[in-house]
Amino acid sequence: MMKNRSLVSIDDLSTDEVLKILDEASEFEKNPVQKLLEGKVIATLFFEPSTRTRLSFESAINRLGGKIVGFSDAGVSSVSKGETLHDTIRMVSNYSDLIVMRHPVEGSARFASEIASVPIINAGDGANQHPTQTLLDMYSIRKTQGTLDNLNIFMVGDLKYGRTVHSLMMAMSRWNTTFNFISPEELKMPEEYKLYLENLGLKYYEHRDFTDIISRADIIYMTRVQKERFSDPIEYEKVKNVYVLKNSMLANTKPNMRILHPLPRVNEIHTDVDTNPKAYYFEQALNGVYTRQAILCSLLGIK
Amino acid sequence: MKEPKQLSVSAIQNGTVIDHIPARNLFKVIQILGLDHIDTQITFGTNLESKKLGKKAIIKISDKFFEDADINRIALVAPDAKLNIIRDYEVVEKKVVEVPDNIIGIARCMNPKCITNFEPVTTRFRVVSKKNVSLKCHYCEKITNQENLQII
Repeated sequence: MMKNRSLVSIDDLSTDEVLKILDEASEFEKNPVQKLLEGKVIATLFFEPSTRTRLSFESAINRLGGKIVGFSDAGVSSVSKGETLHDTIRMVSNYSDLIVMRHPVEGSARFASEIASVPIINAGDGANQHPTQTLLDMYSIRKTQGTLDNLNIFMVGDLKYGRTVHSLMMAMSRWNTTFNFISPEELKMPEEYKLYLENLGLKYYEHRDFTDIISRADIIYMTRVQKERFSDPIEYEKVKNVYVLKNSMLANTKPNMRILHPLPRVNEIHTDVDTNPKAYYFEQALNGVYTRQAILCSLLGIK
Repeated sequence: MKEPKQLSVSAIQNGTVIDHIPARNLFKVIQILGLDHIDTQITFGTNLESKKLGKKAIIKISDKFFEDADINRIALVAPDAKLNIIRDYEVVEKKVVEVPDNIIGIARCMNPKCITNFEPVTTRFRVVSKKNVSLKCHYCEKITNQENLQII
């Protein structure tokens, strides 16, 4: 039972619970407008701006008839008056049935879940966890591939700092997944994650070049290579145009292959890919609404 | 001339002797065990010669006997510590410290962006490696290793 529990990390969920959320999300996809949250107040506390995640949650809540209180910028909340997170959470617990929280400090969501009297959904705590993103990624993978098992997943770009790729890799390692990591040397997958896969006996391959190797992929998960991650700006200049996906590169890819991206995109997927049926990133964002509807209802014990 | 052989710290009748504490961590051990708040007799010696540790410290606490769980809290700063339980000037039991599975409220998380370094939160870690002590923060999930270990 997930009722009254918080969702802080994807590891908080058993595999059965993950699958149950994905199943319920597909029900919401068929019927997204239901009055299941009528009379409920959901707090959305965004201590740092995240337009995409916040709008996705608010859309999910609105379509289910729930009401929203909260803020989208810590500057307009009492945080700017020096209130601690502890006090903010204790207070908002009194006003709402569930709290969705994004906070720049790592571990803040776990801490909030220990002091709140209502469930907390972690909508990102610094570089640490963002479990609803992982669940919507998994929903998109299962929906497009029909399964989560025996897939070949390519992750491209910033694999060192990318929170989404780490969480997705960990989550997909519950199934027999083959991983291919394409990144510049400076941004390669950290050792601890590779060791984790080795201990599970899962196969992974690392590549520096973004080549025809992608013809083996079932999923290509693109991420942004950010300039500020490089200590040497010359290194960034060298790689910034290497990890860009263009339509011409997709000719030999498998028919079932789909391209995912957590968004926002800058230039790492050329706009000429957008009309290719293998481009799936905008649908992926829409899936986020259904997935979050399923998560909200599960934690509130509705349905 | 023959060197005079004598104990640097005198013997106790009943209580606990904690030996093989790295000299630099003596005061951390005192702090972790709360020895600055107990009212029985305590003697300690520090910067004593030790083949194993270079300089070691020793603490003798009269009329005080520790639970294993309490004494294991010093494992982070004195992993080689040995305990002698004394009754009537005799060593009746010897114990070694063991790194516990969880560390609560002793160590600081090395991640400057962790919530425990922003708000008054009791730190909590799961010990992921006992040999070269490595702690995983319950909150930010980052690893704090031996070299970066700080006692609160």
